[in-house]
Amino acid sequence: MEKNSPETEHPVKAFGWAARDTSGVLSPFIFSRRAAGDNDVMFRVLYCGICHSDLHSIKNEWGFSTYPLVPGHEIVGVVTEVGSKVKKFKVGDRVGVGGLVGSCHSCDNCINNLESYCPTYVLTYGATYYDGTTTYGGYSDIMVASEHFVVRMPDNLPLDAAAPLLCAGITVYSPLKYFGLDKPGVHVGVVGLGGLGHVAVKFAKAFGAKVTVISTSPNKKDEAIQRLGADSFLVSHDPDQMQAAMGTMDGIIDTVSAFHPLQPLLGLVKTNGKLIMVGAPDKPLELPVFSIIMGRKMIAGSGGGGMKEMQEMIDFAAEHNITADIEVIPMDYVNTAMERLVKADVRYRFVIDIANTLKAAKN
Amino acid sequence: MAKTPEEHPVKAFGWAARDSSGVLSPFRFSRRENGDDDVTVKILYCGVCHSDLHAVKNEWGLTNYPIVPGHEIVGIVTKVGKQVQKFKVDDKVGVGVLVGSCKSCESCQQDLENYCPQMVFTYNSIDHDGTKTYGGYSDVIVIHQHFVLRFPDNLPSDAGAPLLCAGITVYSPMKYYGMTEPGKHLGVAGLGGLGHVAVKFGKAFGLKVTVISGSPSKEVEAINRLGADSFLVTSDPTKMKAAIGTMDFIIDTISAVHPLLPLLSLLKLNGRLVTVGLPDKPLELPIFPLVLGRRLIGGSDFGGIKETQEMLDFCAKNNITADIELIKIDEINTAMERLAKSDVRYRFVIDVGNSLSHP
Repeated sequence: MEKNSPETEHPVKAFGWAARDTSGVLSPFIFSRRAAGDNDVMFRVLYCGICHSDLHSIKNEWGFSTYPLVPGHEIVGVVTEVGSKVKKFKVGDRVGVGGLVGSCHSCDNCINNLESYCPTYVLTYGATYYDGTTTYGGYSDIMVASEHFVVRMPDNLPLDAAAPLLCAGITVYSPLKYFGLDKPGVHVGVVGLGGLGHVAVKFAKAFGAKVTVISTSPNKKDEAIQRLGADSFLVSHDPDQMQAAMGTMDGIIDTVSAFHPLQPLLGLVKTNGKLIMVGAPDKPLELPVFSIIMGRKMIAGSGGGGMKEMQEMIDFAAEHNITADIEVIPMDYVNTAMERLVKADVRYRFVIDIANTLKAAKN
Repeated sequence: MAKTPEEHPVKAFGWAARDSSGVLSPFRFSRRENGDDDVTVKILYCGVCHSDLHAVKNEWGLTNYPIVPGHEIVGIVTKVGKQVQKFKVDDKVGVGVLVGSCKSCESCQQDLENYCPQMVFTYNSIDHDGTKTYGGYSDVIVIHQHFVLRFPDNLPSDAGAPLLCAGITVYSPMKYYGMTEPGKHLGVAGLGGLGHVAVKFGKAFGLKVTVISGSPSKEVEAINRLGADSFLVTSDPTKMKAAIGTMDFIIDTISAVHPLLPLLSLLKLNGRLVTVGLPDKPLELPIFPLVLGRRLIGGSDFGGIKETQEMLDFCAKNNITADIELIKIDEINTAMERLAKSDVRYRFVIDVGNSLSHP
């Protein structure tokens, strides 16, 4: 019996760009979406942010990618259809979908609004949905998702610049709150000024924190301070600057996914201070145990956030006019964008203008 | 002019290591005159902490020879200074890891002298008068009253001595990191001096306790004598797999370099692994288990004086002491060799009062 192909397995035609192999090169891809079920929301995709996870996935850097792979989990658009049991959304609403499209709804984590820690969560792309089919992400023209995993995008947030909040935003918002770094007057360090880092600076400032950016690139200093509003900037390989800042921070959000030494960062936090990892290096880092024993310091990780917190984060962003700093690109620029992303050559997130350029690319 | 060990007016005698061989031998030195705020203690017992072994062999690169180790001291007060209110002659007292701190920084003001950037260790430190500190493998010690602990009468002095370092080293993080909620599940990695006391505290706090160890031979002891609820052998992949995501916290007492990934996997969401062992090289830290389960690795460094007293009083109330092997001072080198192989159940304690005599 011939297995259903991506094009035929579902009734609704869909079109996007997919990677076919570990080269990671993306190209046009015809597939299909399920019909909107009772609890589903279907929407026309307007924009999709390019997350560094998309890059890791298309090149199979984490080792669990299956091809063809349509990435994209910072997806915004306008509702075109809702299932009969959908309560929160109607046609015409502006909505977004992030990294998750499914979870079990019954484990302790799901019950506590922590779907991103559900042991059987379903990722927006590259995962297997409950009907046995592969999930395809937002580099595509339409999306269908269960209402539970859709958030409302407030009217005052520009959709293109808000799209990256759906992954980058929640990824830094959640630990800032959970680890108590959302109080006025706390001193927060942000390591790495990229997609996650620059949003972390904006959220931390909105919480009333003092923010220091820690970076390997001295040329990002002006941006960090003048445009993003950081209070200070440390060049991590400058021993004098690092020494002067020792023991001054309550916590640090570390967004860097490449291998890097933790000892200097641990030196920057105060006694009882916290270093929170949100980047996902694929190889282990080194833990100098003395650096956490002396000063009773902690290293923690944080992975996304639950749906309740996702909506809360979007509403907070709307209230404080926080969006990402983006470079909008046409669909057929995506491979070049990926090459530039490898070199961190973007201020600070690429966002694909799906609505205006995906159909054109199809031709 | 360089100060000699005999720089002070009060004669003292102990055993010291002279070089990184770590071999200890008799050593004449001196203690300062008992000042207005000081207490003089005749030492009865001193526990042998694994840190003593690291220090005599200079494994951390910080040793300044000659070194008299020992920071699990129990003794009797023989003299008190004019300003001393809390202690009198003949009181039974303890001295732990610290004999000095700045008293003015934020940490000191919060009773966290153990995080004071200028803390003075009981041995191998420089005291406020510029002289070197010598520890408890000796007959007498003179210390500032702030750093003296009242030793509860109902606790045996020998079996209670290890509480002054091993005890506080696990008690403090168990409290700080929230490991005192009855019914929660604690893993104790490593069953040595620190580990066995952590099991006892865990049970006293009402926790379910699983010992995680590389030595299957310790299982019967762990369960029957120490009261652990279960025992997990790290080299048994089936059992380790079944235990994934079952623990709320882990106290990691292992002082050798060891993999963290198997331990991190045992933790539930928001689980905490607290490391109190001091390996001499960095550990490999896999980040995925931290990110995927919002897990945390924390450190902790013994405890402040107020908390050490609280811990001793808790032990007195709950009849908690260490399991010890009492030795004479001239057996110390053999004891150190056995300690290097973890061949002790679970702390050596030197019977200083009865075996250390002035030549």
